[in-house]
Amino acid sequence: MKIGLDVGSTTMKCVVLDDTLQVLHTDYRRHYSQIAETACTMLADIKDLCAGHLTSFALSGSAGMGLAQNLHFPFVQEVYATRIAIMKFLPHTDVVIELGGEDAKILFFSQNMEVRMNGTCAGGTGSFIDQMASLLHVDQMDLNELAKQAKQIYSIASRCGVFAKSDIQPLVNQGAEKSDISLSVLQSVVNQSIGGLAQGRPIKGQVVYLGGPLTFLSELRKAFDKTLGLEGICPENSLYYVAMGTALSAEEQVIELDELIYNLEHYDTGKAFTSIPPLFKDLGAYETFKNRHAKATLHKIEPKNYSGPAFLGVDAGSTTIKACIIDPDGRLLFSRYDANNGNPVQAIKEFLGSFYTTHPQITIEKACSTGYGEHLIQNAFAFEYSLVETMAHYKSAKTFQKNVDFIIDIGGQDIKCFKIKDGTIDDIFLNEACSSGCGSFLQTFSNALGYTPQEAAELAIKAKNPVDLGSRCTVFMNSSVKQAQKDGASVSDIFAGLAISVVKNALYKVIRSTDPAMLGKHIVVQGGTFLNDAVLRSFELELGSEVIRIDEAGLMGAYGCALHARDQHMKVPQQSTTLSLAQLEQFTHRTKTTHCKGCTNNCLLTINIFDDGRKLVSGNKCDRIVSPETFISNPEQLNMYVFKQQYLSQLKSRKGERGKIGLPLQLNFYEQLPFWHSFFTHLGFEVVVSTPSTRETYLKGQSTISSDTICYPAKLMHGHIKELLEKQVPAIFYPCSSYNINEEKGDNHFNCPVVAYYPEVLRHNISELQDGSVTFISDYLSLADRSFLPKRMHQVLSQYYPVKKQEIKAAVKAGYASLDAYQKAIRDQGKIIMEQARKRNWPIMVLAGRPYHADAEVNHGIDGLLLQCSCAVISEDAIAHLVEKQPRKVLNQWTYHARMYDAARYVTRQEDMQLIQLVSFGCGLDAVTSDEIRDILRETNKIYTQIKIDEIANLGAVKIRIRSLLAALQETKEEQ
Amino acid sequence: MSTPFTKDMKKDYTILIPNMSPIHFNIVKEVISNHGYNVVLLDNQGPNVIREGLRYVHNDICYPAQLVIGQFIDAIKHGGYDTDKVALVITQTGGGCRASNYIFLLRKALEKCNLPQIPVISLNLKRMEKNPGFKITPFMLLQTYSAFIYGDLLMALSNQIRPYEVHKGKADALVIKWTAYLSDCFTHNRGYIGWAMKRNLNRICAEFAAIEMREEERIKVGIVGEIYMKYSPLGNNHLQEYLEEQGCEVMVPSMMGFLYYGADNAITDRKYYGGRFISAKVTQFLLRQLYKVEKMSRQAMMKSGKFTIPIPYTEMKKLDEGLLDYGVKMGEGWLLTAEMLDLVHSGYHNIVCTQPFGCLPNHICAKGMIRAVTERSKDANIVPIDYDPSATGVNQENRIKLMLAIAREKLENA
Repeated sequence: MKIGLDVGSTTMKCVVLDDTLQVLHTDYRRHYSQIAETACTMLADIKDLCAGHLTSFALSGSAGMGLAQNLHFPFVQEVYATRIAIMKFLPHTDVVIELGGEDAKILFFSQNMEVRMNGTCAGGTGSFIDQMASLLHVDQMDLNELAKQAKQIYSIASRCGVFAKSDIQPLVNQGAEKSDISLSVLQSVVNQSIGGLAQGRPIKGQVVYLGGPLTFLSELRKAFDKTLGLEGICPENSLYYVAMGTALSAEEQVIELDELIYNLEHYDTGKAFTSIPPLFKDLGAYETFKNRHAKATLHKIEPKNYSGPAFLGVDAGSTTIKACIIDPDGRLLFSRYDANNGNPVQAIKEFLGSFYTTHPQITIEKACSTGYGEHLIQNAFAFEYSLVETMAHYKSAKTFQKNVDFIIDIGGQDIKCFKIKDGTIDDIFLNEACSSGCGSFLQTFSNALGYTPQEAAELAIKAKNPVDLGSRCTVFMNSSVKQAQKDGASVSDIFAGLAISVVKNALYKVIRSTDPAMLGKHIVVQGGTFLNDAVLRSFELELGSEVIRIDEAGLMGAYGCALHARDQHMKVPQQSTTLSLAQLEQFTHRTKTTHCKGCTNNCLLTINIFDDGRKLVSGNKCDRIVSPETFISNPEQLNMYVFKQQYLSQLKSRKGERGKIGLPLQLNFYEQLPFWHSFFTHLGFEVVVSTPSTRETYLKGQSTISSDTICYPAKLMHGHIKELLEKQVPAIFYPCSSYNINEEKGDNHFNCPVVAYYPEVLRHNISELQDGSVTFISDYLSLADRSFLPKRMHQVLSQYYPVKKQEIKAAVKAGYASLDAYQKAIRDQGKIIMEQARKRNWPIMVLAGRPYHADAEVNHGIDGLLLQCSCAVISEDAIAHLVEKQPRKVLNQWTYHARMYDAARYVTRQEDMQLIQLVSFGCGLDAVTSDEIRDILRETNKIYTQIKIDEIANLGAVKIRIRSLLAALQETKEEQ
Repeated sequence: MSTPFTKDMKKDYTILIPNMSPIHFNIVKEVISNHGYNVVLLDNQGPNVIREGLRYVHNDICYPAQLVIGQFIDAIKHGGYDTDKVALVITQTGGGCRASNYIFLLRKALEKCNLPQIPVISLNLKRMEKNPGFKITPFMLLQTYSAFIYGDLLMALSNQIRPYEVHKGKADALVIKWTAYLSDCFTHNRGYIGWAMKRNLNRICAEFAAIEMREEERIKVGIVGEIYMKYSPLGNNHLQEYLEEQGCEVMVPSMMGFLYYGADNAITDRKYYGGRFISAKVTQFLLRQLYKVEKMSRQAMMKSGKFTIPIPYTEMKKLDEGLLDYGVKMGEGWLLTAEMLDLVHSGYHNIVCTQPFGCLPNHICAKGMIRAVTERSKDANIVPIDYDPSATGVNQENRIKLMLAIAREKLENA
């Protein structure tokens, strides 16, 4: 007999094979990190089965590695085990796709065997689906059922669970159909597996699906089938292939099952992990701590004893709804903190209904909403006001601590921090989409380990050796937790470690503070996450000082809203519109989705329709159809990004005697296009430029991307090349270049490594570029040296075409003329936009990034969003030339960076200008620029705002950021 | 702004050096101290190093920066140094990779922990910054060069012997012995050029060759990657040790290759972008002189007839022909791809390619080229591993184990 045990990240599988290698027994269960214990029970169950047989044993799975090592069990790597099992049981397989709890693998069998495993990012796996399902308040199986009814697919970022989450959240809050979201989640898993793992190797022939998600979710298999255009099989025992392979490779050596179980029962890992001091040295310390915080309470009165006007504040968060009703003195009459169960409208309707009926003597005078569902709730219930959530939190914090200098709010999805100086917001820090050390993060982990968040907090407080887990995003944290488990950390040590990591994430990653003492003396903490005493304590420990937490910390957004409703009511009295009980009874809500036909974007609109015709449209990238009154018909007059797009699209090519040449419109070509366009036109080529990027561009090239953590613009480049190939141009020109244009504003004029050498990656990963189907010209050259370039261009081009030095020289000259004209046009347009903005009294936003951030698919329409918020948009290259060269504190040797620094310096001199930096996820260089730009801006108290962009299009979070910035500016103005 | 390292400081300041590769830096350290500086090679490890790194450096900057700066700050805070009598040394390459920013990030970090008085010395050959108290003399350069040659040799030999030695510890003992001996040589200003060096190289090879070895076949693994991750055990979670524990023989390409590559790139640049740099001719001449020493070291290895001899840099370069252009010069550039090919050719089919998470050049020359390398050499079995403050050992080991399982199967079927 052969026993194979597969210890995955969340489940354990056991298989027994008889001597003819037939499967005798299988067992599957969740192990909740109790690995040795679970193994014991599983083995105990097969004791009778194996009695009297020679038995061998082996272990597999990432979570089993520690066990195998310490107890000297034979260990088989899980992918390898799958391979052994497949070769034995399904020898005709060509490709295996195996999804596990946290791993995703593709194995290629037919010739040239290859195995692929996901890297450190764990998107597209079982726990990813689990997480997404829990966002919809269903389980995996329900998700599968829902997906069957789906009518359409939304694009959801698949690379990372956290990103996907921020794609899904807005969909949920906008009221998109659960079924559609469900299928979209599954489709994103498919895209991730194919894009991230296959990396250009075609998946064809006999495909086998293995592992939990593919076994349980029929719709996931269908989605794979459909995308791959084939029909894969999910064999019997598809859950057990790793265990089977493990059993097969177990050495023919006799083991005593009793002894094995004994060893497991007495398994002590010791404490191999790095631990930090406990949160409380004893229970006494905890009591003192609790008593101190018990003093900070929100003033409450019994609603029974009150009659008269009241004000309602609703915070429709990502996963919860919070509501507060206060009297005119700000005393809390009634509150609610609840899960929204994926339907915030329904939750609020119930809340309002029950309040009206139980307390008819209280009239809700005015109401205000905030949070993710701000507009949905406002429209649904005809609230008078709405408020950006940052302001709501600030408003409530101020009431508790008049001279507050720092507010930190950690909610379910967001971290919002403000520095307050002289009574106004001085700086705002919001978390990136990717660093989600928030409430839902703690919840996810406690659920995964089988506890409620409350139990987890209690355990954390008692932890003796909290694990040092660092401070990174959820995906990384998964593997840190796995490692800690392997090293023998107890559940309470892990929970304490997670609490500390939330705090560290906020302090070091979001606020980027080096010395917590510098945050200020009066710090107020808010948000449901701080109700967790372990988090609160870790925060105070890390800070080295005491902070204020109100007992209703989770309600602060809603409370701030209620205060806002009250203040506005006092300031400008107006008719109350909030739905009454009678109106509430008539209340209906339905959603429908449709594609906007206003332009070629065909935005997918989600329309929420309520009784009496109130409706809310979301998903629109512009106001043309949805709210024509604010639509700007000539955006290039106020938006440099549009101007650039128009300028580049107007470059005309003509038929040439030398034939066609393709230029991909991405990365540095976003700036250099005028040069090359004119250069090749001059030489007698017909220039074919790839069309501006869309999501389809990305999907087109996705399977040839060799590195899943590279920036999105680089990924898009693959699609642009594919497009040019489809257009059957005989040649594509996209040169390598270490050096950018030299503007003599820095210490050197480098390109970043990606821009510099990306053609090499394309050449070696897109097979058409090498098999002779096209001439791919990617030689090394730079536009920096105007006198050297003609010589170099002649060297380069004469390898492919018969060209004369003289004509090259002329063409280069024409190229530079066009490039200069383009740059001049940008600068001139910059002036025009600034004038226009000043006429309208609009703030001017410098959307600073790199030239290719002008690509609408890269910036996701953030420029348009700014326009919708009544801000003019200019780019860094329109103003960088307006300041003199100045030395910097960092190495200033990249042309694009130098522009951003100079633009930031210019902004500091202009009253009505602000800078927002666009940073592509994965751009390592921007780790340098972002700190430096912040420093430049902070010298004059300008607020630094950064927007990280990737393949996601979560404009909701971006909007909050922009609105917070605008609100802070507004408030400063009012104070003055 | 930054505090320069003055002549007065030379007398009583302690200079801290980050430890990128213990075997090389232990020798290089001696060169610097023999020129009258008080130097300490940092060996502080532990979780506080990365904690300080994360605290004072932007969390999205590459892992080596976090480690190097974290190691400095940890040492300054907890190493018992007088913060008014300590200076730091860091290399500055000036390339297009973000790594050339380390020195600035280090200074920023020092400012943030209120230690702006600590001078940071830039170690570079391009006169990017001046430190009156720290002069790189031609002698020092020559000695450092020799130190790297010795370091490379000791590394190559001990790696090839250690897994097979009958009496455990012999190879490492020889490394220690020779490090001490060479340091003494440098103090007496000998043993770093010409005949004396040749004799040393020969003796080293002979002594290693004399170590008694078992006859057995092991999985041969090469390590390539970003330079810090490749060499530093602090960075790569003691990768080499781990692989050796798993029963492998490990080959790490030489440090000299990287230095040659750095110098060589100036020549390519001239061709592609015009003559803006120090005369390519001078570089070419100098390189040719340096290759002679490399040759001496190879010849010494050949004499003993026992070792896998590294191919000369110039031949290594040829391996890239038709694959990655020599224009890729940021980070490890084309050299990394060439090293992978070289490893496969010399029997190290299994390769761990190390890089910091999000390493920009390695998107190109490592991950971007794996497909091309495996197409060219079907035997290649390459696993890219990302390092990061939170990338866990479990995750890394699991992927390495997969690579090893395939390697083992190939070894058994061979």
